[in-house]
Amino acid sequence: MKNGIAALLAVSTAFGASVATADESAELIVNGEIEMVTRTAAPAHMSDSMDEVISGWVFRSDQTQEMQQDDFDNPGMIWVESAMETWETAEGTENKSCADCHGDIEEMAGVKATYPKWNEGAEKVVTLQMQVNDCRENRMGAEAWGYDKGPAIDMEALLSSVSRGMPVNVAIDGPGQSTWEMGKELYYSRTGQLDLSCASCHEENYGNMIRADHLSQGQINGFPTYRLKNAKLNGVHSRFKGCVRDTRAETFSPGSDEFIALEMYVASRGNGLSVEGPSVRN
Amino acid sequence: MKRTKITLAVLFAGAAITGMASGIAAAETVAPSAVVFNEDGAVEQSLTGAPGDATEGAKVASTKSMGNCVACHEITDLADVPFHGEVGPLLDGAGDRWSEAELRGILVNAKVLFEGTVMPAFYKTEGFNRLGKAYTGKAHEGEVQPLLDAQQIEDVVAYLMTLK
Ligand code: HEC
Ligand code: HEC
Repeated sequence: MKNGIAALLAVSTAFGASVATADESAELIVNGEIEMVTRTAAPAHMSDSMDEVISGWVFRSDQTQEMQQDDFDNPGMIWVESAMETWETAEGTENKSCADCHGDIEEMAGVKATYPKWNEGAEKVVTLQMQVNDCRENRMGAEAWGYDKGPAIDMEALLSSVSRGMPVNVAIDGPGQSTWEMGKELYYSRTGQLDLSCASCHEENYGNMIRADHLSQGQINGFPTYRLKNAKLNGVHSRFKGCVRDTRAETFSPGSDEFIALEMYVASRGNGLSVEGPSVRN
Repeated sequence: MKRTKITLAVLFAGAAITGMASGIAAAETVAPSAVVFNEDGAVEQSLTGAPGDATEGAKVASTKSMGNCVACHEITDLADVPFHGEVGPLLDGAGDRWSEAELRGILVNAKVLFEGTVMPAFYKTEGFNRLGKAYTGKAHEGEVQPLLDAQQIEDVVAYLMTLK
């Protein structure tokens, strides 16, 4: 199915390594029907840094890529199924389920694509997990889920799964703009003893190997991602935390204002790519 | 195919345990804050006053918990070490392209010669943003150790000088 020669050429540049790098011209079609945009023109706000935005899927090995092409092979779908049960389960002092207010899960198609976004009532930018917790606390009378913790990530994956194939479309203007600006500043700030920013790896060096890792653009259109490394769904803020830690820096916490802003900014760098979550990564 | 996953968290784990050169050498060791760069970004004075050991330097360059230079650079001489990165240039011939003093400068703080480079400063202890406690993600406390100690810098310089 894939172009073996292209893959071989890619490998030969990874010096002394037997790393299977991706066939960068492969196309992602999930379940034979959802056609994903994995490369597209960069949004206008990035015109001074890059021309094209590329999904992290493109940079993974053939085998990892294939796992995302069919829901039966995508281990992340197990948690999507469990979240489907949660969707229909009444909880809290109001004894309501998500479905009681929102109906069929398919009604939520398109929601994931626009988060994080400004919330009028809250007067701040909220992530999808924050919105879900708002429903739990204020409409169901149930406890909020921990940030990036099991049930929250599973629900985010379910919500993402019904938006798959739709373009990421995060607003960067309006009342949320100052949060977006803060995220942008964090993206370009070098941290830690290695003194690296997100841009050092994901803007200046995507496509290059760093030791055994093939650097992607660090896009988040595929989140939550099932990672082979830890065999579970991983949230955006947890990934940010790992990357900041790897610069030998003091990290921010999942759910912090800094990571909310960074999520908004990084999400907007993927405007135009398809929602892919739950994706499969190494 | 099964891939060996090497996490970045252990890329430069050496700094916490290595510390400064000890014993007699300590008297002559130039502290990170006392290193003098000339106008070309080179450091003429040896950090230890003694010649480096090229064999040790090769080990520092290729070992994940030490310099881990191969994370970003390909070095043909170290072809038996798996997974060389492509973030920095091929280091073959570095000993022809650069003088010993220039290589020392690049290692101590590459930003002096290469403005804005992503290459970390290996012998620097000040001026970091949100400095962490190694790879724990927590805030750093107490005295800061450079990524490599003076002896290790000299050893890597000696090794790079053999790449002709
Ligand atoms: C020292 C290099 C380095 C720095 C600095 C870094 N990352 Fe990463 N990042 C990686 C590596 C390696 C991976 C795994 C391979 C890949 O997907 O690029 C990764 C993966 C990611 C992913 C997962 C992409 C996917 O498709 O699954 C995201 C998102 C990400 N990084 C965001 C960030 C952000 C935001 C920052 C700054 C706060 C950052 N990274 C800083 C090295 C780095
Ligand atoms: C995070 C990536 C990274 C690491 C780790 C790193 N370097 Fe570099 N290095 C670079 C980059 C990028 C350059 C190119 C300079 C620039 O930015 O223009 C460079 C340049 C150099 C040069 C000059 C290149 C030439 O023209 O030959 C030498 C020598 C060098 N590095 C040696 C080392 C050694 C030795 C180590 C380990 C102790 C090391 N580097 C670790 C990224 C890195």
